Amino acid sequence: MDIERQKSAPVYEALERFRKQRVVPFDVPGHKRGRGNPELVKLLGEQCVSLDVNSMKPLDNLCHPVSVIYEAEQLAADAFGAAHAYFMVGGTTSAVQSMILTACKAGDKIILPRNVHKSVINALVLCGAVPVYVNPDVDNHIGIALGMETSQVEKALNDNPDAVAVFVNNPTYYGICSDLRAIVKLAHDRGMLVLVDEAHGTHLYFHEKLPVSAMEAGADMAAVSMHKSGGSLTQSSLLLANHTVNTRYIQQIINLTQTTSASYLLMSSLDISRRNLALRGHDSFEKVSSMAEYAREEINSIGGYYAYGKDIVNGSSIFDYDVTKLSVYTRDMGLTGIEVYDLLRDEYDIQIEFGDIGNILAYISIGDRIQDIERLVGALEDIKRLYSRTSSKLHNAEYIAPIVAATPQEAFYADKELLPIRETAGRICSEFVMCYPPGIPILAPGEQITEEIIDYILYAKDKGCSMQGMEDPEISKLNVLK
Amino acid sequence: MDFWFSEMHTSNVKMSIRVDKQLFSKESDFQRIDVFESPEFGKFLTSDGSVIFSEQDEFTYDEMIVHVPMAVHPCVRKVLVIGGGDGGVARELSYYDEIEQIDVVEPDEMFVNVCKEFFPDNAKGLDDPRVIVTNRDGLRFLRGKQDEYDLIINDSTDPFGHTAGLFTKEFYGSCYKALHDDGIMVYQHGSPFFDEDEEACRAMHRKAYKSFPISRVYQAHIPTCPSGYWLFGFASKKYHPLKDLDPERWNKRGLKTWYYSTNLHAGAFMLPKYVEDLLKEEEGAEKK
Repeated sequence: MDIERQKSAPVYEALERFRKQRVVPFDVPGHKRGRGNPELVKLLGEQCVSLDVNSMKPLDNLCHPVSVIYEAEQLAADAFGAAHAYFMVGGTTSAVQSMILTACKAGDKIILPRNVHKSVINALVLCGAVPVYVNPDVDNHIGIALGMETSQVEKALNDNPDAVAVFVNNPTYYGICSDLRAIVKLAHDRGMLVLVDEAHGTHLYFHEKLPVSAMEAGADMAAVSMHKSGGSLTQSSLLLANHTVNTRYIQQIINLTQTTSASYLLMSSLDISRRNLALRGHDSFEKVSSMAEYAREEINSIGGYYAYGKDIVNGSSIFDYDVTKLSVYTRDMGLTGIEVYDLLRDEYDIQIEFGDIGNILAYISIGDRIQDIERLVGALEDIKRLYSRTSSKLHNAEYIAPIVAATPQEAFYADKELLPIRETAGRICSEFVMCYPPGIPILAPGEQITEEIIDYILYAKDKGCSMQGMEDPEISKLNVLK
Repeated sequence: MDFWFSEMHTSNVKMSIRVDKQLFSKESDFQRIDVFESPEFGKFLTSDGSVIFSEQDEFTYDEMIVHVPMAVHPCVRKVLVIGGGDGGVARELSYYDEIEQIDVVEPDEMFVNVCKEFFPDNAKGLDDPRVIVTNRDGLRFLRGKQDEYDLIINDSTDPFGHTAGLFTKEFYGSCYKALHDDGIMVYQHGSPFFDEDEEACRAMHRKAYKSFPISRVYQAHIPTCPSGYWLFGFASKKYHPLKDLDPERWNKRGLKTWYYSTNLHAGAFMLPKYVEDLLKEEEGAEKK
């Protein structure tokens, strides 16, 4: 990484130059630097609305970058050790989908773990590729899906030599990493691409003590949520590519679904966040790691909670752990994660990232301060004092192995009927069912419904998880194939 | 020279104090601290641009937060002061002989040092041999403490700044746990007058009311506070601030005060109707 070059921020600088030119706008957006919408200016501020401008020669165009956006993307590629980087304005969802649409055509097989984000399976609905799931290992105590065991990946690759790509989470929402270097070697030996979802891994690129990043491990493409640990605005993201993929083809794929009016607020936030990461990321993530470690020690000393860290690494399905994550197992207190999540928000004014059946995840970032950590720990201690109960035997399996009976695309577009959920066992589901967050499907289009899955869905709903993806928001009915 | 310090009490109301000179300005890990010399208020200290106390009106605040609970609780031996790095609260507490230990927990060491340098009248309270000053986060200090104190005084002023954690349910819960079965907690309750501050004031009462069996609010007039009007909270496991007030016992001590008296004590709990109403609303909200 060329630190001197990283000090510049081409998109941001071009916007500054443009602002000083005081160009009279006879183009879109119609609010004309906010003058046409004073209420919006009051809400967002003059500086913000004046940056909301259209693509034009001095500011380049995201659909076909040739000047300042291209330079900014080159700098991002350099900062992340990639051959090329693409600014994405449709969230990491758009980056994930662009990876899959680049790698797969209709009928192609893609090998992936089941605990992928819904955006991955949505991409399969779009392109008609066939998922081959590698069942992730499940930790029976904390009840979460872990990484993929390398031997399981190898078996899937050997069983499906015609597959075109392997998809890997690095890390999972909970911070768990598979052995990415080994998976890259296995896939490349067989001529398959490796696509990596790094929605929760932007920071991996900026600290040597953190798990290996996709580009460093030699993966072909990676989707990086700059707006999560990278500090840019919500909905902005990066797609990274290595020398092994045709960068022009990726741009064409991106342009299939991307807006032609990309927001300069999002792009400039990517640009200055990349600069910040390149110049100060190492120090920031050192601080974030130590805050998370401190929180882990303090939470574990309360008793009753289990804040797991590097101690769960097992060399295989948990090849490495991202210590910036703060995941806490709550079930020994007799409370589900979602209950603790709700208590923290409703009673203590603390909003955490999510709660699932057995765990909570608090997101620690460069914006946190130690006194806020003390609040979180204090609140958890108080919750133990006021709300803990003897842990009863409750559902603990967060992961149920899917039975793929049709491709996501076939199932999504097939003739279907809406049935009461209890009557759907044995049928093939045509829609998604997931708790959001984390947004990992319990059922995806094309999967067979079982009694076990129905029990789990109703239990999660009863515990207050926000259930999404289905046509019937109450989830009393499910769409199944006729 | 026309030299003024200004503090925005709301986006539409500004309080200004004429300043002779600025004596100190530095940023710590927690806050920016400034000290000014002024003709009207003497020396005053600000944190991130808000007045924390001035020589001229600090007595009101320190007396009201100490003598009110001390005139109610029959025998206080161990006290915890959260914040209070200026020493004013410790100074008032040091007049009571039966107190054996005063823990002052102030996260910001620089705050303590600045007060020692510029406000020795307050800071002398910290020199009392019964006082133990710890530079630590209040919530962190309280963690794991159980059945230890007779009185906890939350001397932190700002529910939005670096001490926000001390105006939360987890803080009140931690205090409840750290107090003996007849313990009392008093705390800053903010100002109810401006719309901007009202919600914070309501939320504080809601949380304390839920955490303690007895939770009352009392008032004082402090010129440098927003609208000049300030509330304190009195949360207690056993003693009622009025029914258990023992004026005779307190007056026998013969303490010299400028603001507090046992007559005022009773009056301080008689609140304006609008304040009474908003507190009642929060109590009602909890019962639903």
